[in-house]
Amino acid sequence: MLIGLITGFCNGLFGAGGGMIAVPSMIHILHMDEHEAHATAIAVILPLVIVSLFVYFRHGFLDFSKAIPVAIGGIIGGISGAFLLKRIPSVWLKKIFALFMIAAAIRMVLK
Amino acid sequence: MILLLIGFLSGIISGMGIGGGTVLIPAMVVLAGTTQHVAQGLNLAFFIPTGISAIIIHAKRKLICFKTAFNLIITGVFGAVTGSVLASYLTASLLRKVFGVFLLIMGIYELMRKDKTN
Repeated sequence: MLIGLITGFCNGLFGAGGGMIAVPSMIHILHMDEHEAHATAIAVILPLVIVSLFVYFRHGFLDFSKAIPVAIGGIIGGISGAFLLKRIPSVWLKKIFALFMIAAAIRMVLK
Repeated sequence: MILLLIGFLSGIISGMGIGGGTVLIPAMVVLAGTTQHVAQGLNLAFFIPTGISAIIIHAKRKLICFKTAFNLIITGVFGAVTGSVLASYLTASLLRKVFGVFLLIMGIYELMRKDKTN
């Protein structure tokens, strides 16, 4: 119950990150296996995203002009990502991106 | 062009199970110069098509535990409303800083984590 509450809260406040709360807690607290936790988390987050999106929309935080180019890039990225991941060990990619996340985080806090 | 590139990178990352938002939101704010709220709204909107297609695929493989999902959604909706209403009352710069702290924690967690799937 608490997992749902925290997941929804983070997802609403940060517009992201629900899965990063839900997946590990489902694995460690509810003892689900990793694939099941991952799949179930998406089913949980989708309705929560719709709720948050409604609040964001009412406050005018949606900019559709930027959404289209990002969406096109996203589709190409999603396809090439699936293709690339079979060739490159994702462990290293994840560590590299973790470093980028930390760098971006520091910049966002200090800016 | 920069928007296309940001979408491209986020698309790759989402496939890796890190969550595309950890790339999309900082990139929109730092590189494309949008406000924190707009970047977060965009990321939420993004989840709808990708989430629906992922649910269909996972449901076919019977990987979704609907009973657990249902329980989490009930409390989750309260969290989602509280979180997003709180976000809308914060100023863009405060929300960006809070997000930065969250991202920092997630980045460190991801860096330290031992990957069992590989």
